[in-house]
Amino acid sequence: MDILQIVGLGLAATFLALILKEKNPVFALLLTSIVGTTIFIMLVDQITLVMDMLKKMAETAHLNSMYVATVLKIIGIAYISEFGAQIAKDAGQTALAGKIELAGKIVILVLAIPILTAIVDTVMNLVPRVGGG
Amino acid sequence: MSLDVNTIFQIAGIGIIVAMIQTVLKQMGKDDWAQWVTLIGFVVILYMAATMIDDLFEKIKNVFLFM
Repeated sequence: MDILQIVGLGLAATFLALILKEKNPVFALLLTSIVGTTIFIMLVDQITLVMDMLKKMAETAHLNSMYVATVLKIIGIAYISEFGAQIAKDAGQTALAGKIELAGKIVILVLAIPILTAIVDTVMNLVPRVGGG
Repeated sequence: MSLDVNTIFQIAGIGIIVAMIQTVLKQMGKDDWAQWVTLIGFVVILYMAATMIDDLFEKIKNVFLFM
């Protein structure tokens, strides 16, 4: 039933934004961003379920919790930066949207540094040392 | 949930009413007043939007960034 509510809300908001756009484009943009926020807030409960399942699976598999936390953070950053970039794109600010996406990518890369280091260390341990040092 | 939907209709209503007031004020020849009305409506709606986005960010922090 939740999906019906969300789709109905989206359609109603679309028509309202259409009316508002010819009178007051700024208000229409704020309306769209608020509808996006509302839909996201409605979805947060479901996302929590998925995340709990992922955490449980990671615990069962005895994964290092640091890696799981990093992956979850990366997913969150991706969602947030996508959300902001789309709102900026809606407002016609494509350049700003690109910058927001760039910021998201760089933050994700920074978060992935420990994992990348761990991979490089593992590979370096696997490779036999040459030169007999 | 119903509160969130109410917010959306409130914003649409405020937008339409502000547009009407603006038209009337402009026809009366009070352009500066029309500007003020638009600005105040915008600030009110911006406050609502900021509150909701803050709520969203808090929720996302709790879900993703908190183990």
